[in-house]
Amino acid sequence: MSTQAMSNRRSVIPFGPQHPVLPEPLQLRLVMEDEKVVEALPAIGYVHRGLEKLAEQKDFQQVAFLAERICGICSFQHAMAYSMGVESLMNITVPDRANYLRVIWTELHRLHSHLLWFGLLADSFGFENLFMQAWRCREAVLDIMEATSGGRIMLGTCCVGGVRKDISAEGLDQVLRVCDQLHNDFDKVVTQVMNDYSVKQRTVGIGTVTRQQAHELGAVGPVAKACGLERDHRVTGYAAYGQLDFKPITEQAGDCYARTQVRVRELYQSLDLIRQAIAKIPAGDIMAPVKGNPTGEIVTRVEQPRGEVIYYIKGNGTKNLERLRVRTPTFANVPILLAMLPGYQLADVGVITLSIDPCISCTER
Amino acid sequence: MFSLISNILKNAFSRPATRPYPFQRRQRPEGTRGHLDIEIDKCIFCGICAKKCPSNAIEVSRDPKSWTFNRYACIVCAYCVEACPKKCLSMKSDHEGQIQPQEETAGTR
Repeated sequence: MSTQAMSNRRSVIPFGPQHPVLPEPLQLRLVMEDEKVVEALPAIGYVHRGLEKLAEQKDFQQVAFLAERICGICSFQHAMAYSMGVESLMNITVPDRANYLRVIWTELHRLHSHLLWFGLLADSFGFENLFMQAWRCREAVLDIMEATSGGRIMLGTCCVGGVRKDISAEGLDQVLRVCDQLHNDFDKVVTQVMNDYSVKQRTVGIGTVTRQQAHELGAVGPVAKACGLERDHRVTGYAAYGQLDFKPITEQAGDCYARTQVRVRELYQSLDLIRQAIAKIPAGDIMAPVKGNPTGEIVTRVEQPRGEVIYYIKGNGTKNLERLRVRTPTFANVPILLAMLPGYQLADVGVITLSIDPCISCTER
Repeated sequence: MFSLISNILKNAFSRPATRPYPFQRRQRPEGTRGHLDIEIDKCIFCGICAKKCPSNAIEVSRDPKSWTFNRYACIVCAYCVEACPKKCLSMKSDHEGQIQPQEETAGTR
């Protein structure tokens, strides 16, 4: 067989569901031409847990805890999206202080999620030291979440009507101190690394998508922001975001490096939002009375670390919901992932896949 | 070269980044949800905790008076603690040691 004929032969390599760089089971069947990816076919369904069905059997207050367990990383935002939906169905006005506390915990969650992702990305191109440093920074965020809410990841504080736990003045001071410490750590670890030769070699110009592609394929979150699309649902001003001053972060390049840059800049933005929220937080109640059962249907959207999550909630006047449907950001980012892969080497597939920050267990619920 | 040497010296003489467990244990902050505890003498077996529990980890029976709790099903949300009318349930900040799956915490009176 001639060399020409050999190079035209295509083979299919299964990437995942068990793969060292993948934190969660996603399978990509890669159609390869030599070392180059020609096409990628996704297969999900390895961690389906039937949470939407389970939500129909629990009462609507308990579903807040269930929604929190849809994702193990952005759990607070899930509970918040769900609670916001039920609150609008039942015409409950959440107290201001609760809204601010929600913002503080949401942004702490964004910090820990981005740091976790940053470590995993470093791990995907073999930068183990950075992996450990990023997770060391993350530990401070987890500790402060534990001190303020009682849980390191499953905060369990957001419920229908407001929040279940208040943060004392000393607690808020502690959060501010951690923010200062994190700011220093980010300057030392994260920002320095962005100028590193090896990091740039593995990310600049890899997995590039255009703004047009991102728009057509419905990308959300940092993936869309890295292509210059200003898609950040926080600008609509839900919870207390309306009273805080911030602008969505965008980059233009659309490659893995740009997606990393968006998340790194979001780390600083989250610190800034936490400081603003603590400076403006009013005194008062943290919980509004909840009476009756939800009736009607509603769609709520919340910006998570990975992008926009959509909750569809349908109540029928009983304590059980008729239907709960969740569209998670990773689900919206899978089509664009498939557009990113063709043309790149097999060795880059891990980095490209991680650059969308896949969270498969929440995608499958 | 200079920064390399200073880094080596710093790492050689600084404290380790990790804690020497089990000699030094981490102090858990106040209010950590570690495990659920019950003062069975105060319990009136009303069953509100069992109704509120999102994961059906608690079973209460009025006759005979018994309160059974499956630690493996518990999601440590403390929803039952808030609901308890007699305040006999509480969240302890430490985690319990190893338990067997079939082992249940039960209380009768």
